[in-house]
Amino acid sequence: MTVNVNRYKCGYCGACVGVCPVGALELVETWIEVDNTCTSCGVCAKICPVGALVVVK
Amino acid sequence: MKNKYDVIVVGAGPAGSITAKTAALGGLDVLLIEKRQEIGDPVRCAEGVSKEGLKKHIQPDPRWIAAEVKGSKILAPDGTEIKMSEEASSGKAGYTLERKVFDRALAQQAAMAGAEVMVKTRATGLLRNNGKITGINAMYMGETQEIKADIVIGADGVESKVGRWGGIDTSLKPQDIETGAQFLVSNIDPGEYSRFYMGEKYAPGGYLWVFPKGKNTANVGLGLLGSKSGNVRAITLLENFIKNYMPEAKILEMVVGGVPVSGPIKQTIADGLMLVGDAARQSDPLTGGGIINAMDAGKMAGEVCIRAKEKGDYSVKTLKEYEDKWRATIGKELSKSLAVKNMLLKLTDEQLNQLAHSLKGIDTSKMPLPLVLPILFKKNPKILWELRTLFV
Ligand SMILES: Cc1cc2nc3c(=O)[nH]c(=O)nc-3n(C[C@H](O)[C@H](O)[C@H](O)COP(=O)(O)OP(=O)(O)OC[C@H]3O[C@@H](n4cnc5c(N)ncnc54)[C@H](O)[C@@H]3O)c2cc1C
Ligand code: SF4
Ligand code: SF4
Repeated sequence: MTVNVNRYKCGYCGACVGVCPVGALELVETWIEVDNTCTSCGVCAKICPVGALVVVK
Repeated sequence: MKNKYDVIVVGAGPAGSITAKTAALGGLDVLLIEKRQEIGDPVRCAEGVSKEGLKKHIQPDPRWIAAEVKGSKILAPDGTEIKMSEEASSGKAGYTLERKVFDRALAQQAAMAGAEVMVKTRATGLLRNNGKITGINAMYMGETQEIKADIVIGADGVESKVGRWGGIDTSLKPQDIETGAQFLVSNIDPGEYSRFYMGEKYAPGGYLWVFPKGKNTANVGLGLLGSKSGNVRAITLLENFIKNYMPEAKILEMVVGGVPVSGPIKQTIADGLMLVGDAARQSDPLTGGGIINAMDAGKMAGEVCIRAKEKGDYSVKTLKEYEDKWRATIGKELSKSLAVKNMLLKLTDEQLNQLAHSLKGIDTSKMPLPLVLPILFKKNPKILWELRTLFV
């Protein structure tokens, strides 16, 4: 389970990191990293201001 | 770099830089780290501050003041205008900053006060000894190192991890975050007031703003409540607004970001740990403003660092002074704003229009929001009944 980050859309704002309930995301300078604790809950994808995240089940 | 400090501050935004400056002025050994290679950039802010709030911390400097505004105008969904805060005595009336320069100036003040500063340095975890926090792991140029400290300050903004590492769950629910997009636009008339547009068509569960940013330019952006985001996106709403209402605008910069609007969270300290600013979710739930609160909290936390060092005690027993102090000041305001925000969320555009109409004939132009609210309440007790406890 994970989320795909569209790097060409992402504005590296960190909002998704702030809402992830399990802390699976990290903003490193200009990109988002997803670790293996992601539960595909979809909260990050919902709130991303530009729609750069897509949940993969 | 030393391998042991009194205080390590994670994040060089307004919260972190003021904490570091305050503690360093008190004679403490302070390290301020920032994961970005450029402090302040990219910006994720509309850059509006009140003059009064700002001047508590730093003398205004033309290098980072982009524009001065006369006051605020709130626009109801039908276009009815309410003027407020002309005396610049409250709220957003005041300045539009150039945060890229402002954030750097604050970090420089921390440096001049004696703090060490490291950029491109990212905290990746907390060090512990027998459960006690003893510092951080930090990555600089691809290499991880251990840096020790008696107190770690989480000033790491909306994406804060420091609290979570320390056992404080700071994760935000969709209804606890405004998800925003903004363009710096040119070729427009910015006017002399900060403008706030209310209504579903602009920004469901939030508002759209136009903040003058100097000749022919303005920050035009909007925040939409996270729980309303998904099928609509902040960026799409903003693009539509520009197309429909500002077709002449030329876009010079794009900003995206999230602001915590949860109101006070339960816990912001642990043994050897304090959270400040957006990391402590101290931004205002109603306006989304967080710069001044972050600086105020940073000052309080820095002072408590000094006290802790004097006592030689870094446990919650000493750090509780910070928690108590911010709750009694910033926290109170956040709770009020949260109540008003929750109320506004329930109102239809038609009801918002009614509220605006009820102020016809009343000169609110010199009043800050806290004075306008009771008037609104008196005139519209039915619509605003849930807020009555705020005014007794
Ligand atoms: C679209 C938008 C508009 C806004 N408009 C306004 C406004 O008009 N007025 C206002 O007052 N407020 C506004 N805000 C809110 C304001 O931007 C924040 O409240 C303010 O920046 C909080 O300051 P801070 O120091 O707590 O956090 P930040 O300014 O976010 O600073 C946190 C810093 O920590 C760094 N960091 C994070 N993690 C790590 C790590 N692991 N290691 C090292 N460094 C790290 C980050 O890179 C960042 O530089 C707005 C926010 C948004 C998103
Ligand atoms: S919320 Fe969206 S734009 Fe912001 S960092 Fe996450 S993926 Fe990127
Ligand atoms: S889908 Fe849920 S668990 Fe996975 S990264 Fe997004 S918010 Fe975190």
